[in-house]
Amino acid sequence: MGIELLIFKSILVLVVFTITLTIAAYSTYGERKIAAFLQDRIGPNRAGPFGIFQPVADGGKMFLKEEIIPADASAFLFVLGPSLAMLTALMTGVVIPWGDTLTLNGVEYSLQITDLNIGVLYIFGVVSFGVYGIMIGGWSSNNKFSLLGAIRASAQMISYELAMGLSIVALIMTTGTLSIKEIVDQQATWHWNILYQPLGFLIFMICAFAECNRAPFDLAECETELVGGYHTEYSSMKLGFYLFAEYINMFISSALMASLYFGGYNFPFMNSLGLDQNMVTILGTVVFFGKVFFFIFFFMWIRWTIPRFRYDQLMRLGWQSLIPLAILNILLTGIFTMREELKNWLFN
Amino acid sequence: MQSVNYIPIVLQLLVAGGFVTLAMTLTHVWGPKRKSAEKLENFECGIESQGNARMPFSIKYFLTAILFVLFDVEVIFLYPWAVNFKELGLFGFVEMLVFIAFLLLGFLYIIKKGALKWE
Repeated sequence: MGIELLIFKSILVLVVFTITLTIAAYSTYGERKIAAFLQDRIGPNRAGPFGIFQPVADGGKMFLKEEIIPADASAFLFVLGPSLAMLTALMTGVVIPWGDTLTLNGVEYSLQITDLNIGVLYIFGVVSFGVYGIMIGGWSSNNKFSLLGAIRASAQMISYELAMGLSIVALIMTTGTLSIKEIVDQQATWHWNILYQPLGFLIFMICAFAECNRAPFDLAECETELVGGYHTEYSSMKLGFYLFAEYINMFISSALMASLYFGGYNFPFMNSLGLDQNMVTILGTVVFFGKVFFFIFFFMWIRWTIPRFRYDQLMRLGWQSLIPLAILNILLTGIFTMREELKNWLFN
Repeated sequence: MQSVNYIPIVLQLLVAGGFVTLAMTLTHVWGPKRKSAEKLENFECGIESQGNARMPFSIKYFLTAILFVLFDVEVIFLYPWAVNFKELGLFGFVEMLVFIAFLLLGFLYIIKKGALKWE
């Protein structure tokens, strides 16, 4: 790796990191505004015009609040829990292709931090680590509400991970690669995977909701039963990290859905506009973020529309509906892809 | 050649780890410190908390975790096959159908056994 490329990658890492944090912060503002809109309220409007400095004020307050570690808690694990949740949330953005290539001074730079040939597996691996953040935080609090919340969240996340993995298998069968960049490039212009994998996308989206602990799957923190769930005992920035990690995960899930199923930075007629490569790349990145914002909005829309599941309903949906459906999807995809071979085999 | 692709992950780990450490330190330094015995007690809804939180919990959760380990290994086993699906052709597809059939047989067994019944 040349020194120029290394500098470019370092800048890209910092830019993506800043954008991720900004979007996560402003998702909290967006969430409150959208909730207010759906419930016929005004929402935050005091800090700055339309309340747009609300996330800054909230973030500042998190830093300045007293940090409480309960006397019965295991102090080290208590701090490790939210740190791990935040760290794993921040690590997933590395393999997302934020745009195509930019040509600067005759050198091509990719707007993806790194193109791993096992990108999809990398995301799954890192996301699985998120369970540890929640489990460690809930257990170390030494509070019954936290423990129950953490156990519920862990059982839910691991259950839905299975269906999520299986829904991706069907996608990999059609693409033949695990590199997210290659998957996006295969969907050039309008050949989006949603057209070939509608059922797979539906399963993936439901599982993404469950993985992010978002309503209607937010049983881990249902206020009426468990106070605050796994983060009952947390205060100051440690609480902030848990809440922030949730919004970052939501952002990354949206980016993943947009890349894997909705063409990523591709958009129809992109090659027939007569623009040069750099312009198309920039336009593509704008379109990509448009798709991502739509999915973030969709997450919030669902949260303020649909009531929470009961725990037995949640587990039945995960194990007895989504897993068989995902396997059926693999079967259908296989039969569809192998239709010529099957015809030859059956009628010869 | 491939290992070069992992350098940016190290960069990202440094940035993310640095941010987390810095934020944790700053919140520790900046926040007020007025601790008392009552404040450091565990949260309970207005009453004295009873017993220890590290208590036994429903075996169902343990069962779910064990089943997850079993099935996740199976799912990971499907990935290399899915990548090479088109090259393997019809033979590979039928082979994998047989594997999935065995998997479903086990799945059916645990459902019939009521391992996933939460009511």
